[in-house]
This record gives sequence, C-alpha cells and structure tokens, in this order.
Amino acid sequence: MTTLARISAGLLMTTCLAGAAAAQTELTFWQHGAGNAWEGKIFGQMVEEFNASQSDWKVTFQQFPQAAYNDSVTAAALSGELPDILDVDGPVMPNWAWAGYLAPLEITREELAGFLPGTIGVWKDQVYSVGLWDAAVAMITRKSILDKYGIRVPTLEQPWTGEEFNAALATIKESGDFAYPLDLGMWDKGEWYPYAYSPFLQSFGGDIVDRSTYQTAEGVLNGDAAVEFGEWWQGLFADGLAPGGSQPPADGPEALGFREGKYAITWVGNWNAAAVLKDFGDDALFLPAPDFGNGPKIGAGSWQLAVSAQSDNKEGANAFIRFALQDKYQAMFSDASGLAPATASAAAMTENYKEGAPMAVFYDLSAEQALVRPVTPGYVVEARVFRKALADIADGADVVTALDAAVDEINADIQNNQGYGH
Amino acid sequence: MATVEGKNTSLDRTWRYALLIIGAVIFIFPLLFMVMSSLKPDQQLLSDTGSLRAFLPVGDISFDNYFGAFRRAPVATFIFNSVLVTGVTVVLSLFVCSLAAFAFVFMNWRGRDFVLAVIIATLIVPFETIAIPMLIVVNNLPWLSGDGVTLGWLNTYRVQIVPFVADGLTIFLFVQFFKDLPRELIEACRVEGATWFQIYWRVVMPLSGPVLATGAILKFLAMYNQYLWPLMVTQDEGFRPVMVGLQYFFQLNPVWGELMAYLSVITVPVLAFYLFLQRAFIASIASTGVKG
Repeated sequence: MTTLARISAGLLMTTCLAGAAAAQTELTFWQHGAGNAWEGKIFGQMVEEFNASQSDWKVTFQQFPQAAYNDSVTAAALSGELPDILDVDGPVMPNWAWAGYLAPLEITREELAGFLPGTIGVWKDQVYSVGLWDAAVAMITRKSILDKYGIRVPTLEQPWTGEEFNAALATIKESGDFAYPLDLGMWDKGEWYPYAYSPFLQSFGGDIVDRSTYQTAEGVLNGDAAVEFGEWWQGLFADGLAPGGSQPPADGPEALGFREGKYAITWVGNWNAAAVLKDFGDDALFLPAPDFGNGPKIGAGSWQLAVSAQSDNKEGANAFIRFALQDKYQAMFSDASGLAPATASAAAMTENYKEGAPMAVFYDLSAEQALVRPVTPGYVVEARVFRKALADIADGADVVTALDAAVDEINADIQNNQGYGH
Repeated sequence: MATVEGKNTSLDRTWRYALLIIGAVIFIFPLLFMVMSSLKPDQQLLSDTGSLRAFLPVGDISFDNYFGAFRRAPVATFIFNSVLVTGVTVVLSLFVCSLAAFAFVFMNWRGRDFVLAVIIATLIVPFETIAIPMLIVVNNLPWLSGDGVTLGWLNTYRVQIVPFVADGLTIFLFVQFFKDLPRELIEACRVEGATWFQIYWRVVMPLSGPVLATGAILKFLAMYNQYLWPLMVTQDEGFRPVMVGLQYFFQLNPVWGELMAYLSVITVPVLAFYLFLQRAFIASIASTGVKG
C-alpha cells in the first residue's frame, strides 16, 4: 500500500467513525446517588455499555446528592431543563407524573412480567417508572435469642400474630437483658416513618388515605383500626419496649445498636442486613412482619427509572431503560447494595438472593407481603403529615386527637389540589 | 493603699480573663468537636458524642476520613467553585454597592430618597419568595459566547454571581458609613474641580476600610453558604459549590466522619478570610455598631 493510499484509507476511516459518532443523539440521564460510589460505578458502566451497544443514542450521566435531588428536579422542571431520563423514588412518582414532569413509558406491563410489584410505578393505569430493585423490611433477630426465651420462630406461612409479637416483646423486656426489646429505627426521621411504620397501620386495617378514591383519609387514618394501631404504637414507647424519637443515630448504621446487643429485635431494611449476617452468620434470622389482623405487610417501592415529559428523544430514553433492566445490572446492584433484585431470574444470579442464600427471604417477603405506599400525587404531603402524627403519638399525644388532626390536614391538602387528578 | 488597688486590679483582670476564656471555650467547642470527630471512625465518633471524649483526640485517630471525603466527592472542585463565585461576587458587590451608596449620600437627584427606601425595603423580602421567578428570568437571559448568542444561564458561574452583586444590606451599610464622613471634605474636592468618580475613588474609598471589611465578610458568608440557588441552577457537578457538596455525605446511613472532615476542610477559607479582615471588621463594629 502506498503512503497516499494509507493516508486516504485513514482519512476515510476517521470520517466514517466521526459520522457514526455524530449520528448518535445525545440523551441526558439524572440519578440521585452522588456520593455513593457503587451507584455511580454501576450506572456509569451501564451507560458506557449502552452507548457502545448501538449507534443511535449516546447517554450522558449526571448524579445529584439524594437530599437535594427532588428540589433539583423540581427547579429543572420549572425552567424546562429536565433531562431525558431520570430516576424517581417510587412513592413520589405519581406526584411527578401528575405535575407533568414524566411521560408514560413505552415499556409494556407484559414486558415487565416477573418483576416484583413494588418495582413497577403505575399512575392512571399507565407504567411511568420501573426499578431494578426493591427495598424490603424485616424483623431481624437471632435464633439464639428466640430460643433462650422460648419464643416461636415465625415463618412466611405462619407469621407472628399481633398477640404473639406483643407477648414476645414483653417476655424479652422482663428478662432485663436488653436496653429495649425492639429497635424500630426511630432515629431516622425521614421517609423511613411512612415506609417502615405505615405497614403496621395497614396490618391493623387502617391506612394513610382511602385508596378506593384517594379523596379522603377520613375513616382510614382515624377509624377504629387506626386508633387501635395508635394505641399499640404509643404503648411500645410508654411501656419501654422500644426507644422513641430521641434514639441516638449511632444505633442506625448497619443495625449497629442491634449488633451491639442493645436490642433483641430490629425492624430494619435489607440494605442493612449484610452487616448482621457478617456478625451473626447462621444465628441471624430475617422474619416476616407480624399480622395484626389484616395480614402481615411491609413497604415497597424504591428508586425507579423514568422518562421526562420534556424529552425530545423518548424513544431513545425508553431504549436506555429497556437496556438497564437486564438481569445482569439488577444483579450487580443487588450484590453491591444488598437490595432485592426486581426479577427472580436476576435474584438467581446474586450472592445474597439466589435460592438458599441467606437474604433470599427478603425477596419472598417483597413478593408476598409488600404493599406500595398510597399511589397518589398527594403522598408527598400525606407522608409528612403521617410522620408528624406518629412522632406526636410516640411522644405521648392523645391518639384520637393526633389522628384527627392528621386527617384534617390531609383532606385539606387534597381539596386544595382539586383531588390530585384522581 | 497602693497595694490594695494593685490587688483589686489584678483580681479584676483575673475575673475578666476567666470570663473571656469561658466565652472562648463555648465558641470554640463546636469547631473542636468538628475537627476531633473528623479524625475518628464513625462508630467511635458516635459513641464519643455523649462525653468529653468528643472534644479530645483520643481513640483510633487517623486522617482516613479526609481521604474518604475526597474519594466520595470532588471536594477540590466544590471549594474552587465556591471560592471563585464568592470572591468575584464580593469584589463586584463592594464596588457596585459602594458606588450606589455614594450616589445616595453625596449626589442630589430627584427620587433619591424614594429609591433608597425601596432598596432598603428589599431586605424584608425572603429570597425563597423570588427564587422561582429569578430562575425563570436567568433561564431566558441571553449570553454572547463563541457559539454566538445563546439563551439561558444555567450551569455557569455567572448565574451564581450576577444576581447577588447588588444587595440592599451592603448598600445600606455603605450609606450609613458614608453619612458619617465629613461633607466639607467632599465639597472641598468639588471646589478643587475633582470629578465625582475621583472623589469616590481617591477620597471616599481610602477612608472606608472598616465598612469594606464588614461588607466583605457579610457578603462572603452569605455567598459561601449559598445552597438553594446553586441547587436550582447548577445541574452540572462541575459548577456546584461546597454547600450543595455537603449533601454528598448524607446517604441512607450518613457518613459522619467524612462529613466532619469535609466540614473541617470547607471551613478553612471562611476562617482565613475572617482572620485576614478581623482587625478592620472589629474597627467597623466599634465605629458603626453594625453586627454580622
């Protein structure tokens, strides 16, 4: 080959490559995990592999710190600067869909067959978001503790009844071996309150809002079942069964208080379970929620991927989300975080959730007991009101008064927003 | 008699120093807590909070949290952004606000008092109430760049600087200070044929050291602590300031040690700036009674 031919061939190749690169339409992707190394790494890898896998779209990835993320998205929506793809917390999704920030996904429910229910965000009968994982909560304790006090080990098929659970707490309390029998994680005053504690209310038969209409909380948040729940809730703190709102945050990280032996049982998320396993191995037990009469319940719905309504490239955004939903990425996230993958096939690829693995029970808990938080744009307000009511009751406020006040506030908000489009 | 007076003076001084030391300790404890906590692993940090150990470099001491903080977030970028935005805003603000105050105090023009009253009235308007309209405005402002005229200022340094160059408080500080300057001096300069700008630059500014220091420190603190506005206008990590960066450390389980290390690092520019202007700042407080 002559020098001229080599140069010509080189120029031709460069032109072709530049042409291919120029043909890729830019997509922007925002995610809430800045400061969290594993999220950035896996999403970064996913974006790189997507960009290399096809020639139509090129995704650029931008992370935001979680505590500032929702405000950043709201500001961007106001200024018309939303990205093409963004992640959204499951219970917040209806609010963003209602506000016009999100577009329905082109991914159908048939395509999502086999995904845990809590990973699919549906608003107005359309899928708006889908998650690669779900967060689950369980009662974590040690087999040796239950054996020592002669307490039955509950199973998914036969969870503790409310009476059994209360009796177990009383027995452990009487022993005086622990600072408190139960750690509810009261130090965490954020979304943890509605996520972790509203399932107790739902198991009693109440709820944060009436899900049949989403127009009122009357009768569900202050009905007989809710009052019964409130009295039980208050009793936990009044009787010294669990530390209240003044619980030191030091107890929280990776269930430290439980691992140090301050508490016999901890109500904690699967993202903290790995540390317990490491400390206690086979002695660690992940138990289902107790059944207070209306079935055992746990919360569901974590961060999910969605397409912005302002995107000019929704086809590309959907293509990216389809790509992201692959089992291998679900498995990578699960291995890194301890969260449950969205599908059973992905669970089989993970260290902690494959059949017989120590945390597989969380996957079963999500599949069997999970109840998503109220699917309504008003949830963001309802969650705050519920949080305050629970904190007040824990601090000794009159149960009926606190719940009535919460109902009034929620109903006023629904009315002020013309029913939130239900 | 002389001996008794000497004893009394000595006793007074002892009491005075004792009170000052107690005051200093109270003010320095949070900083001490921050720095000591930044040297401890999370578990020890949290268990030490209930005792005096929280203020002592005891236990498992290391700089691991500092390395961790720099790995978790682009700390140097955040500090550079904050120092740049704050520094430029402070300089521009002192210049623009002092010019405005000069015009209000020394020049006679129609509507002067009314305009000054309106500017001072802006002090009672919380920023949060105008944040959204401001966002919409800056998102539609034009800018001339290498690509020609572009619309929108988001994800730039200028969007964090320009809206805060002029503010009511700084203008008010300068107005109050300028009012106490002898008018005869200004009139003499006018008689001698000096232009208004010459009077401002060569006569008034050299006399304004204390108020410049006060204005600079107050503006520095306000700008360095900016959170809501940069959160709204900087989606690009490369333009984020330190206070938005702080949120990188609040994960599902906050990383307290790294957070304290980050806080210790970002406090350095503030302390350095204050120490640099401390003498003039105190002189300004003594002469004007203005407190930050």
